[in-house]
Amino acid sequence: MSLYARRRAVNWIGLSLSILATVFGLFWLFWLLWTLFGNGLRWIAPRLFLESTPPPGANGGLANTIVGSLILTIAGVGMGAPAGILAGTYLAEFGRTSRLGAIVRFVNDILLSAPSIIIGVFVYGLIVLRTGHFSGWAGAVALALIVLPVVVRTTENMMRLVPDGLREAAAALGAPSWKVTIVIVYRSALPGIATGVLLGMARVSGETAPLLFTALNNQFWSTDMSRPFPNLPAVIFQFAMSPYEDWQHLAWAGALLITVTILVINIAARMLLKRTRS
Amino acid sequence: MSVFGMLLTLLAGSWPALKTFGPKFLASKEWNPVTEQFGALAPLYGTVITSVIALLVGVPVSFGIALVITELAPRWLKRPIGVAIELLAAIPSIIYGMWGLFVFAPAFAAHLQPWLTEHIGSWPILGLLFEGPPMGIGMLTAGLILAIMIIPFMAAVMRDVFETVPASLRESAYALGCTTWEVVWRVILPYTRVGVIGGIMLGLGRALGETMAVTFVIGNAHDIHLSLFMPGNTISSTLANEFTEAVTPLYTSSLLALGLVLFVLTLVVLIISRLMLMKMRAREGERT
Repeated sequence: MSLYARRRAVNWIGLSLSILATVFGLFWLFWLLWTLFGNGLRWIAPRLFLESTPPPGANGGLANTIVGSLILTIAGVGMGAPAGILAGTYLAEFGRTSRLGAIVRFVNDILLSAPSIIIGVFVYGLIVLRTGHFSGWAGAVALALIVLPVVVRTTENMMRLVPDGLREAAAALGAPSWKVTIVIVYRSALPGIATGVLLGMARVSGETAPLLFTALNNQFWSTDMSRPFPNLPAVIFQFAMSPYEDWQHLAWAGALLITVTILVINIAARMLLKRTRS
Repeated sequence: MSVFGMLLTLLAGSWPALKTFGPKFLASKEWNPVTEQFGALAPLYGTVITSVIALLVGVPVSFGIALVITELAPRWLKRPIGVAIELLAAIPSIIYGMWGLFVFAPAFAAHLQPWLTEHIGSWPILGLLFEGPPMGIGMLTAGLILAIMIIPFMAAVMRDVFETVPASLRESAYALGCTTWEVVWRVILPYTRVGVIGGIMLGLGRALGETMAVTFVIGNAHDIHLSLFMPGNTISSTLANEFTEAVTPLYTSSLLALGLVLFVLTLVVLIISRLMLMKMRAREGERT
């Protein structure tokens, strides 16, 4: 085979394999969604949203866990997001070139990809061991620690996109730097920051591992954050691993619910970002 | 700050176990809550093996995906492919676990595993890896699901670093008559090597710490088998399964020590990966 033909053949094989790899990657997404809808859709019924988790063999829904997850997510984002926005503001406005800024950025990147189970164990040592029992608050703190780095990262990136000319123009008009940040930079970076918060929310609403050690779980309706707290992911874990078929059905319905929620939040965040950019 | 806090808390919590078992903690595969003998070797082995499988499968695939997105796909197709891959990253791990347990593992046991045993199982050394009953759950299944989960992360990083290659470099190679494959292999890859390795390490960090998906499909057995079909355990799945059942202080402390091992492991991997990506970015800054 001539050199020319061989090069063409290698090129053809390499590129075909790459396309195959892409198809392979997308294939899992569709297979996963297909089974989720196939198994979950049948069990979505009004009862799911109205009744609490049942003992095996009885009828019930997931109402307590859905509400529990919502409260946990909101509390986690409520604690994590403001801290994240402030830290991101520091990085983008004041700590841009400072040494401390570089360190904070590095540690934040590490925290961003630290395994969530380690965060769970950490909060267990920090709060659960001290207070002596599992609680909703411990779960919320764990989630906040997961939201934090996501928000810091996006806030910083978004505020950096604001052109310096805007900042300088405001400063030239005599605005003090806090006013520049709040009135000018926040206003133009707002959609981006909101995207970051949404992405953080999407990330924690499916988190399971840290909740196992912190919020634990609760079979009953509860809104008392200082006690073990019902949440959807932990219930899916427990029900899916159980031998009871009706529990497994509920787990499928819950899984579908979580996935759809997260995909919707993700797509919404993306659209928000796209609209600002154009 | 919180990273140091984590390290300190874990260290304090695992102290009793480390004091009791000493360095043997890392070398012993004994794990017996009744006699209170704990060793980290079996979960550590499982963690490393599943992550290696995930990388072996995931790296070539994510390389292919990044290549398609940056070099091959027409403009109108780039965004949909990118978004679909990113959505794959957004699906929570517990969903992967459920899907793995109820859908993937049975399909795997029915079709792929017997084929593997039949065709590779009789090979001299490699065959040992594919022996045993086709149960569906086990180390190989866990590794494959991990691969699916880390592909989006690695593909995203690779895509980003591929795009940092200056267009002039790419175009000169094409002008010299290179095929697309040669441009990628001889020009883009050498230029982005550091970034690509950083991305792979990032994927490795994910795979090491992944919990829920693995817990569902690995089988949770405190044992070391050569065969990849046998059930095993990883550090994170041990934690997820046993943490709330740990009754004695030494048991809890041993689990915390496991967490510490995992944390140090991922910390090292992540720091290496971040430093490499930072180096990449710094070099990019020099050139522009």
